[in-house]
Amino acid sequence: MKRFFLFAALVLAPPAAASSPGVVHARTGAALYAANCAKCHGPTGEGLKAPSLRGVGERAADFYLRTGAMPIARPGEQPEPSRVLFSQRELRQLIRFVGSLGKGPPVPKPQPAKGNLAEGMRLFTDHCAGCHQVAAEGGFVTGARVPPLEGVPAVRIAEAVRVGPYLMPMFSPRAISNAQLDSIVRYVLTTGHPDDRGGWGIGELGPVPEGMVTWFIAIVALVATCMAIGKRFGR
Amino acid sequence: MSRFKDTVIAGIVLLLGRGRRTREPRIVPPGRPDRGAENILLVLFACSTICAGGAIAVYALDRIGNQTQYLGLSLGLAFAFLAAAFVVIGKRLVVTEELDEPYPPEGHPGVQAQLDELVEESGERFTRKRLVTMAGAGAIGTLGLALVAPAVSLGPAFDLRSFAQTPWRRGRLLVGEDGLPLKADDIEENDFYGAYAAHADRDQIGSPLVLVRLPVSQLQLPSGREHWAPEGILAYSRICTHAGCAINLYRKPLYPPAEPRPALVCPCHYSTFDPATGGTVLFGPAGRPLPQLPLEIARDGTLRAAGNFSGPVGPSWAGVRDRKASS
Repeated sequence: MKRFFLFAALVLAPPAAASSPGVVHARTGAALYAANCAKCHGPTGEGLKAPSLRGVGERAADFYLRTGAMPIARPGEQPEPSRVLFSQRELRQLIRFVGSLGKGPPVPKPQPAKGNLAEGMRLFTDHCAGCHQVAAEGGFVTGARVPPLEGVPAVRIAEAVRVGPYLMPMFSPRAISNAQLDSIVRYVLTTGHPDDRGGWGIGELGPVPEGMVTWFIAIVALVATCMAIGKRFGR
Repeated sequence: MSRFKDTVIAGIVLLLGRGRRTREPRIVPPGRPDRGAENILLVLFACSTICAGGAIAVYALDRIGNQTQYLGLSLGLAFAFLAAAFVVIGKRLVVTEELDEPYPPEGHPGVQAQLDELVEESGERFTRKRLVTMAGAGAIGTLGLALVAPAVSLGPAFDLRSFAQTPWRRGRLLVGEDGLPLKADDIEENDFYGAYAAHADRDQIGSPLVLVRLPVSQLQLPSGREHWAPEGILAYSRICTHAGCAINLYRKPLYPPAEPRPALVCPCHYSTFDPATGGTVLFGPAGRPLPQLPLEIARDGTLRAAGNFSGPVGPSWAGVRDRKASS
């Protein structure tokens, strides 16, 4: 099922997204920023062809850089999670530099262990499932692809909720408190390893694939049973 | 007069000659009637009818617990009794015989007559043919009714007025998902909110709303709606005008100059509505704009309706554009 969606995403993706720009490596955060970010975000983060980075803090920088969503080839393209081309040291330097461009929020520290799984599912259904699906498998919204959340670490999930990347709404601590966020993170982490009571999740996509299993397996078994009965009692 | 006589004579000849048909040799060997098996068959048909009727009753009585399980049980039993009835027919009531050679090809003269005879002779062991036929038809008919009964839930077939009714009128308070009154200050930009009419049935199609706040400078509402969005807070019916799903996606650009404009999106078929221009359709199969609800902010900061929707709420059907939302 995953393969299929990956394939669908590749087919549906505009060709521009496929070309990932290379990055320039450097020793300091300022040099990394000047070489890789300043062209669009401006030399001092004032924003030229892209959003201003003054005051976004380390939170947004951490999210976009550690998911590989930034840098992108040209402004306006959807920043999507992809391979991270910076080294860990470069990431730390660059994130600290972007955080120093203006006073902004730090990297959040979610504590999913403190969250309530049931409440997390309820909140996720209310706020997130419209686009990400209740199983956090991702999907589409007109104008953008919605990434699946499997394997995304807790900190990235918390950051995305607060940052609202690309077309995703932004949820302030008034809309979703930090305690509620812990619950949501716990739920999302659980969707990566659901305990499938039936033994097989069938993509966790709901009744359509489950119905297909009914048709392709149960019906075949039924027909085979009928034929066996016919052979046994035919005479 | 002679014509009348001719007719009478012809009739008598027909009547007497009727029974004197020379009987062809039987195809199916004769069998003895089996009243016991027939009684079992009638009981099985009756049980199937009762179970199918039970399924209709369970479906109609909406409020019983474990309804799904009872529905499955009654329908399953109806089918099981029917299957058992067919087994009884096949094993004990229809004289069976294995043909040595395959059926003669169709269209062969006499084949139809032979088949008719076959069918007639096979049913010879039934002593109460009409009763059995009626019981069988009753069982199958009730089962068919049980299967089509849920179609009644698709909606009112004739009286569509309830679709146009909404709980909204001037001064009606908006409450959030938690049932608490919504205040204007609660509505932040970049997020979206669900709301309902206070003290009203949430299941009513006109009740659920979706709220967003946009910068006042971005609003391009149609003329006459200039005051419908105080502080840039917009309220729309949450029910998509295409097929009636809940608007559950809010497309909110992080960087408006380079990204698609804000939109309310229905997850079912991706109908996309523009909240800034009064809910007009940007994309997708929806044929008419999302109905907007005029808002006002009361002195205590709570959000209240300032009237009713701009148009009929809910999914579209023939003639829906001519209707108006009513309280």
